[in-house]
Amino acid sequence: MDSKRKKDSPESNELTRSSPFPDEVLERVLGLVKSHKDRSSVSLVCKDWYNAERWSRTHVFIGNCYSVSPEIVARRFPNIRSVTLKGKPRFSDFNLVPLNWGADIHAWLVVFASKYPLLEELRLKRMTVTDESLEFLATTFTNFKALSLLSCDGFSTDGLAAIATHCKNMTELDIQENGIDDLGGGWLSCFPENFTSLEVLNFANLSSDVSFDALEKLVSRCRSLKFLKVNKNITLEQLQRLLECAPQLTELGTGSFHQELTTRQYAELESAFNNCKNLNTLSGLCEATPLYLPVLYPACMNLTFLNLSDAALQSGELAKLLDHCPNLQRLWVLDTVEDKGLEAVGLSCPLLEELRVFPADPYEQDVVHGVTEMGFVAVSYGCPRLHYVLYFCRQMTNAAVATIVKNCPDFTHFRLCVMNPGEPDYLTDEPMDEAFGAVVKNCTKLQRLAVSGLLTDLTFEYIGKYAKNLETLSVAFAGSSDWGMQCVLSGCSKLRKLEIRDCPFGNEALLSGLEKYESMRSLWMSACNVTMNACRRLAKQMPRLNVEVMKDEESDDSQADKVYVYRSVAGPRRDAPPFVLTL
Amino acid sequence: MDGGSGGGVCTSGSMSTVSKEDNLMVSTEVSSYPDEAELELGLGLSLGGGGGGGGGVKPQEQGWAQYGRILTAKDFPSTVSSSSSSSSSLSRANRTTVGTKRRADSVAASNNGSQVVGWPPIRAYRMNSLANQSKSLVTEDLNSMVEKSKSTNTMVENTYNGSNNTNGYAKKKGPLNTSFFVKVNMDGIPIGRKVDLSAHSCYETLAKTLEEMFQGPTTTVNAIGSSNENYDAMTESTRPSKLLDGSSDFVLTYEDKEGDWMLVGDVPWGMFLGSARRLRIMRTSDANGLAPRIQERNGRQRSMRI
Repeated sequence: MDSKRKKDSPESNELTRSSPFPDEVLERVLGLVKSHKDRSSVSLVCKDWYNAERWSRTHVFIGNCYSVSPEIVARRFPNIRSVTLKGKPRFSDFNLVPLNWGADIHAWLVVFASKYPLLEELRLKRMTVTDESLEFLATTFTNFKALSLLSCDGFSTDGLAAIATHCKNMTELDIQENGIDDLGGGWLSCFPENFTSLEVLNFANLSSDVSFDALEKLVSRCRSLKFLKVNKNITLEQLQRLLECAPQLTELGTGSFHQELTTRQYAELESAFNNCKNLNTLSGLCEATPLYLPVLYPACMNLTFLNLSDAALQSGELAKLLDHCPNLQRLWVLDTVEDKGLEAVGLSCPLLEELRVFPADPYEQDVVHGVTEMGFVAVSYGCPRLHYVLYFCRQMTNAAVATIVKNCPDFTHFRLCVMNPGEPDYLTDEPMDEAFGAVVKNCTKLQRLAVSGLLTDLTFEYIGKYAKNLETLSVAFAGSSDWGMQCVLSGCSKLRKLEIRDCPFGNEALLSGLEKYESMRSLWMSACNVTMNACRRLAKQMPRLNVEVMKDEESDDSQADKVYVYRSVAGPRRDAPPFVLTL
Repeated sequence: MDGGSGGGVCTSGSMSTVSKEDNLMVSTEVSSYPDEAELELGLGLSLGGGGGGGGGVKPQEQGWAQYGRILTAKDFPSTVSSSSSSSSSLSRANRTTVGTKRRADSVAASNNGSQVVGWPPIRAYRMNSLANQSKSLVTEDLNSMVEKSKSTNTMVENTYNGSNNTNGYAKKKGPLNTSFFVKVNMDGIPIGRKVDLSAHSCYETLAKTLEEMFQGPTTTVNAIGSSNENYDAMTESTRPSKLLDGSSDFVLTYEDKEGDWMLVGDVPWGMFLGSARRLRIMRTSDANGLAPRIQERNGRQRSMRI
């Protein structure tokens, strides 16, 4: 801990102290508090605790990079070693936010360079990161250890090369799902030959070939490597060699699971997996063919997380695989497994807590396969501990959802996506209001909800009335009038994030939340019925909110096509591009 | 809402159910929905005013799901109508682009024929991997079928022999039904070429490939003035294919299973793959009797006698 603090903060000297604990003790104790929510609570107790907390905090989590400025953060927390930052609104993942919107990390890095020279970890989600920033990061922070980039954009593999070249103490390099320019796999070869500290390496979403030789050597010499996720270009044969070097892996993401193998190679691969007794997470399996799935079986005993969302398995293949995974808690699959596959899930995975079913073919209208409500119901019968679900399907019924939540009342995250907008209960032709009514009535612990299907205001009445723990709500193509949104804003006391698109909610709804938005992280409304004037009114009455509008070229001047409202202590953005109007 | 990669290119005038794998560039699967006569279809840069038949759709109507066009507040009965909202979503494609900087091809793949921008809510990286996967799904499927009768020593090499028979696999795997090369001839050029249709997931990339094949890399001036490489990447992928949008001297046609010559781009990509036997890049002047790009009729495919 930084001891010079004592001289700098006279208010915590022993004479004026009201706490019975010496500051060192308080700081030591508070240093053990990890959850940022708890730390926020701690800081509100009294001035002494506020100070003790701020001096002892080493990790800061900022859910909206524009809610605060790096200077403010640095002023309050002098000893930060690890920063987590989230940038763009979540709908940017689905192309609803134009390029160059902002959330650039560079301004933060500049401040960190002077205030946190010993920074060790940076975890970014939906931020823009340029190669220059990565180079700056790599060359400025000599103690830098962990970089995690999720759903970010703006950089290329050149930036990764800079990181690999300069960061001598890297333990974690986790590049996930980013929109980057993959200029080649040479970056991996930039890790120096005496570099051995890597524990986490994830380059699964990069598409160029890396030098396998460099990779193999890297994996061999990094004896502490625990998580390895390679990209599709790594073949089965290469995978086998990697596993031979690193049987200690706990998380593995394979490359392409599809290659001609001789019998001997097959046996070697099986043996390699057999030696990986510590695996708890398995992903990748791109283009897996049923022929090779059995090599995995020996390694599946301790699997708690199986991510098959890149492997278009059929129901039979999945069933056989699941037979070997008795301890599965989290499962991600493609809907190619169909209801039959989900029945197998219900039968084989009694400990399942999380299920995500992604559509293999989301834009196909005529498809007759995929999953239906039956699959979901089957899982609910077999997996009573289920509390997180993300389910893409083409048909659903109110009755099915009612059954599901009766079987699994502990849902904390319920994200149901019926893929055709405005799809009613396919058996009764009624709206899906009762389905979500059942969800919020039964699942008192619900924190996150995404609704879909044909929904009237009744759904939102239910949500406002029953979803008292709801923090995040995603709405699309739903509702009948302003009343719906008003119910949610007035009823959901813990609401923090509300994202709405293509709904008939207008000014009255927007303005009914005037008082509410300061207690929330953000509100997103796009393609609704909100006007510029209403936004201006909101901005005028609530100066501590940033009200930003992005307009479409073709829409008329009075419409506010995309509205993003968020609380901020940093004032309006200074880096807003021309298409973002701050009101 | 931007149109993903396809961005400002050839967005279809109507948002009725577009096919699998299509970029927004392609016109719609009108054949399945004959009552959409009022929908304006086109392959132009801007939308022909949206709205289509959706203006008065009540939430109860099943037809809701059929249309799948840009659904905006105006489709809900109790809302104030906003004349531009339904066309605006896609028109935004002209101005804005994908939210992230990506290579042009992954950008193209990220919006495979979604008739509603950003819906279903699936992250771009997953769309890319799905698009790449669908190409190999058929191969994999063939492999697994053949494997049953062969030893497990090696995978069978001649899987592609079976790939010309498309029908058997159409049901099993949703996306691509075929994986094969077809002949392409261009009027005025004696030597024909062959193109692998399965290497494409939408009309746009196919048309571009053909353009490059026969005409060399295009020298069309795009918005190259911008030095921002993001913008270049965007325009590269959003530059319309002249073969598809009717602005060139040639049009792209194909011969279907029944021997009829059809205009490329009418039907959903998957349907095209299932029925196309060969391609011909035909002089527009020779294409007599060809209906203009903006169709006034309903659903049936246009056919043309050579």
